Amino acid sequence: MKETIAIKDIVKTYLMGDTVVRALAGVSLTIETGEFTAIMGPSGSGKSTLMNILGCLDRPTSGSYKLDGAEVATLSDDELAVTRNKKIGFVFQNFNLLARMSALQNVALPMVYAGVAKNDRLERAKKALTIVGLGERMHHRPNELSGGQRQRVAIARALVNEPTILLADEPTGNLDSRSGDEIMEIFCELNRQGRTVILVTHEPDIAAYTRRTIMFRDGLIVKDERREASACSGKA
Amino acid sequence: MFWESVVIALDGLRANKMRSILTMLGIIIGVGAVIAMVSIGMGVRDKVQKSIAGLGSNLLIVMPGATAPSGVRVAAGSTTSLTYKDAQAIAREISGVNLVAPSVQRQYQAVFGGKNWITSMQGTTPDFLAVRNFEMADGSFISQRDLDTRDRVAVLGRTVADNLFGEMSPLGQTIRINKSTFRVIGVLATKGQSAGGQDQDDLIIVPLTTAQERMLGITHIHSISVQAENPEVIDQVQQDIATLLRVRHRLQPSVPDDFSVRNLAAVMATAEETTGTITLLLGNTAAISLLVGGIGIMNIMLVSVTERTREIGVRKALGATYANILLQFLIEAIVIGVTGGLIGIAMGLGASYTISSLFGWATVVSVGTILLAFGFSVLIGLFFGLYPARKAALLDPIDALRYE
Ligand SMILES: Nc1ncnc2c1ncn2[C@@H]1O[C@H](COP(=O)(O)OP(=O)(O)O)[C@@H](O)[C@H]1O
Ligand SMILES: [Mg+2]
Repeated sequence: MKETIAIKDIVKTYLMGDTVVRALAGVSLTIETGEFTAIMGPSGSGKSTLMNILGCLDRPTSGSYKLDGAEVATLSDDELAVTRNKKIGFVFQNFNLLARMSALQNVALPMVYAGVAKNDRLERAKKALTIVGLGERMHHRPNELSGGQRQRVAIARALVNEPTILLADEPTGNLDSRSGDEIMEIFCELNRQGRTVILVTHEPDIAAYTRRTIMFRDGLIVKDERREASACSGKA
Repeated sequence: MFWESVVIALDGLRANKMRSILTMLGIIIGVGAVIAMVSIGMGVRDKVQKSIAGLGSNLLIVMPGATAPSGVRVAAGSTTSLTYKDAQAIAREISGVNLVAPSVQRQYQAVFGGKNWITSMQGTTPDFLAVRNFEMADGSFISQRDLDTRDRVAVLGRTVADNLFGEMSPLGQTIRINKSTFRVIGVLATKGQSAGGQDQDDLIIVPLTTAQERMLGITHIHSISVQAENPEVIDQVQQDIATLLRVRHRLQPSVPDDFSVRNLAAVMATAEETTGTITLLLGNTAAISLLVGGIGIMNIMLVSVTERTREIGVRKALGATYANILLQFLIEAIVIGVTGGLIGIAMGLGASYTISSLFGWATVVSVGTILLAFGFSVLIGLFFGLYPARKAALLDPIDALRYE
């Protein structure tokens, strides 16, 4: 299978006063196209740091990161922006929707920076909202939507530029368990359609939807296991 | 992308209406003040220039009475030292003199039919027309023959003609000036107001001899208008006239002049310079308020960037480049500048219109001023928006997303 992500000896250190915090202490990992992966581990173990690097939001202190076979650790700020725009869909724990825009406008935003014509943008944004089951509420603003609905908008936004990978840092962390399950079903469906999905979670129930679990502790991978069964409802 | 950014910027401004308006106020006042001030200044200068041209070029005016050291003429017109012969001597003996027009004047009531009008009667010679830059609208000016025969003919200024005759043509009609009857032979073309706000069309011109002998009963004259051949000789002519008149009036060296020779164009030029300085001053003051407006824009843009740090983080996470963010905030600043500028232009035009109609001051609104003020407000938006926009564009996406 094709490797979508290949990182090698990724180190990320932060300087806090005069102490050096090693958020990532040399992580190597490959993720193949179409994989559905959960990253777990105690708080402060480096999960978000890794996700930010994978999402090209942050740079590693050292190490190599190949996305679709191309090295991204050495890209300029603007090249990283283009990579985020075209290859990565990022879903945040706190949704990060723009409050002054409707759901539709929020979803269309990545396409503004991709240079998609306005009519195409709205068309594609509507389609993405329909995929996440929000076709009815696309003219509502984020504050008129429930947490689960907001996260759907955020997923639609992450999908809309047809990225190579979907990254989600605790996407269900701010949701009740029912909304969390609904969101996970969406990820299941997206993965079934062939998308590579990586998500961070604290909850084993959420991780159970995936087929691979990577455990983190103190900036290192301590366990990495794949399994056949998943909690996805399995409808085609 | 550009229009997207304009729309985003307008949205941002609309979301914070009160703040946007307050920010724009600086620019509105600045641009409005620049336009109003410069319009007034240019209006005044225009008026001074027109009246210099209207006075007649290279004009010297000789009047009886001494000039005090302060430059103020004392006992104006009270002495009887100037005569028609002095005027003729100036014309005859001084080189560089083009035309000479002696004149006398007095306020009189002119009557035609049931209407009357108090105006200044000027008794003068045919050269007066050219020396003082008047033109005929109708009929003819007084002639040498009228002068020789002390004929009772009159040429009316436009204001007098309008007030006595209205729509009717005054030519050939007979008017009464202080109980004497005069036949109207011409009407002067209108000249408008002088720099001092005087109506230069409010006069009646009659032959000098007629005025002296039939109306005033005097032999002296009140003033001599002298036109020099060109601006280069005007100072020399001014000196020569003084020398000649001292000799003619037999003044001992210790006795001061019993007349004064004034170069009105020089006086006017000084006035013009002064108004120019005032315009510059007013303009500068207004420009400073524009600058203050610009600083207001910078201030609010910095607040806006800080407030919207998370938004910037989200946009960057979704793929906005440095240029995208820079453009968004720059356009926002320029939109404030341009919107404020446009409102300011409207206010400035309104103010100068109100001032000119309320106080009767002349105002000149030039397209150049408007374009300049507009260009300035764009530039100010650009200049003062650049720093905050750069600050926004340089934000690190992770730091921006984490910002609380
Ligand atoms: N910007 C930062 N500055 C300093 N330390 C940081 C920063 N971001 C993360 N860290 C530290 O790095 C470690 C890993 O953090 P993080 O990746 O957020 O953990 P997790 O998401 O697994 O809870 C923690 O010790 C955290 O304090
Ligand atoms: Mg985390």
